[in-house]
Amino acid sequence: MIQTPTPNVRVVTFKIDDRDFSAREDETIIQVAWENGIRVPSLCYLEGLSVWGACRLCVVEIVGSPRLVSSCSTRVAEGMEIRTDSERLQAYRRMILELLFSERNHVCSVCVSNGHCELQNLAQQCGMDHVRVPYRNKVYQVDSSHDLFRVDHNRCVLCSRCIRVCDEIEGAHTWDSKGRGIDTQVITDLNRPWGESDSCTGCGKCVQVCPTGALVQQGTSVGEMHKDRKFLPYLSRMRDAQ
Amino acid sequence: MSESKKITVATTWLDGCSGCHMSLLDIDERLIELAQQVDIVYSPLVDGKHLPETVDVGIIEGSVSNEEDLAKAREFRRHCKYLISLGDCAVTGNVPAMRNLFPLDSVYDRAYQENVQHNPLRPNDGVPALLDVVKPVHAVVPVDLHVPGCPPSADTIWFVLSQLLEGRVPNPNEVTRFGA
Ligand code: SF4
Ligand code: SF4
Repeated sequence: MIQTPTPNVRVVTFKIDDRDFSAREDETIIQVAWENGIRVPSLCYLEGLSVWGACRLCVVEIVGSPRLVSSCSTRVAEGMEIRTDSERLQAYRRMILELLFSERNHVCSVCVSNGHCELQNLAQQCGMDHVRVPYRNKVYQVDSSHDLFRVDHNRCVLCSRCIRVCDEIEGAHTWDSKGRGIDTQVITDLNRPWGESDSCTGCGKCVQVCPTGALVQQGTSVGEMHKDRKFLPYLSRMRDAQ
Repeated sequence: MSESKKITVATTWLDGCSGCHMSLLDIDERLIELAQQVDIVYSPLVDGKHLPETVDVGIIEGSVSNEEDLAKAREFRRHCKYLISLGDCAVTGNVPAMRNLFPLDSVYDRAYQENVQHNPLRPNDGVPALLDVVKPVHAVVPVDLHVPGCPPSADTIWFVLSQLLEGRVPNPNEVTRFGA
């Protein structure tokens, strides 16, 4: 994330996976890891948006602490020893992915995002090749009322990227969520069909940041939905500069 | 190499489109290499009518959707030393499992009544009864290896089989994924 330079920020030294690093003390573990090619997995974290810390895929171990921390919401500190890829972490990440796949209805072979989906890629990358828990098989709706876009709740992982980009970058706050826990769902306006929303500007930023096939362009068929989020670092820099 | 030294392989398709088997045939001339090392003793692709008592490797395509699928999956598990779920239907339920979002009654109605002009009637004989919920193979019997893909490519299948023939445990995620 691009930050306006703050005076008096210390530089700290620490280790990630036995490699030495130094960074500003206001940087998070995931920022330093990603800048250096260490692929800590994440679904909800997106550079340019506020930190959410919800998906828990980016958890890492800090040597000397029994507690796992999410690397998107934990800053680096002097002397910290961070591990990003232990067997324990791999097992937790696989379990999180299995729960995500079992919770809603993901059928990659017929999904518009097939081949361009962050969830699908994470499953492959994290060695998740089958779901050990029973599928929930719960019915979720598809809302195609918007002229340009569609939301398929079957594919939503509740990362809240759409909510954040709409609020923080576009300034419309069309998206929000309803319900709690496993019954949480993203909504437009006060849970009205997207096509009837008074606040949606039709900019499509939510579609571009959505990691899965939940938010897509109308008229896309299997595997046709490519997302483009090059606009995000630029726009968030411009907003920060204001 | 004498026949008896060959590794025995059995394959079957449950609720799927047979695309995974087509993908297996797509390994083209490598089939010859395969035939030198393995003996396909039972499969929709060969004549053998009975699953032998013991088979080295069993390969299942398709999800478990009806009573016959369930019986076949159990039979394969009983007779095969190493069992592979081949393709997304076997591994996740995939397209056949999309009917899980509807009550079984409405699935039957859709297939046998709503869209039928002549003598609409639910079958009660000669067709295996549908299970309430379509499941992946590992939900009904233990599976040793999962190979995602819809279908897994010929190269993926070759990678998996050749690794096994060399005595290694392949990691299919190196070459395939859900929906591939
Ligand atoms: S959203 Fe991603 S993981 Fe879900 S079905 Fe589509 S491609 Fe597969
Ligand atoms: S619709 Fe997409 S961006 Fe919004 S919460 Fe669901 S997965 Fe995330």
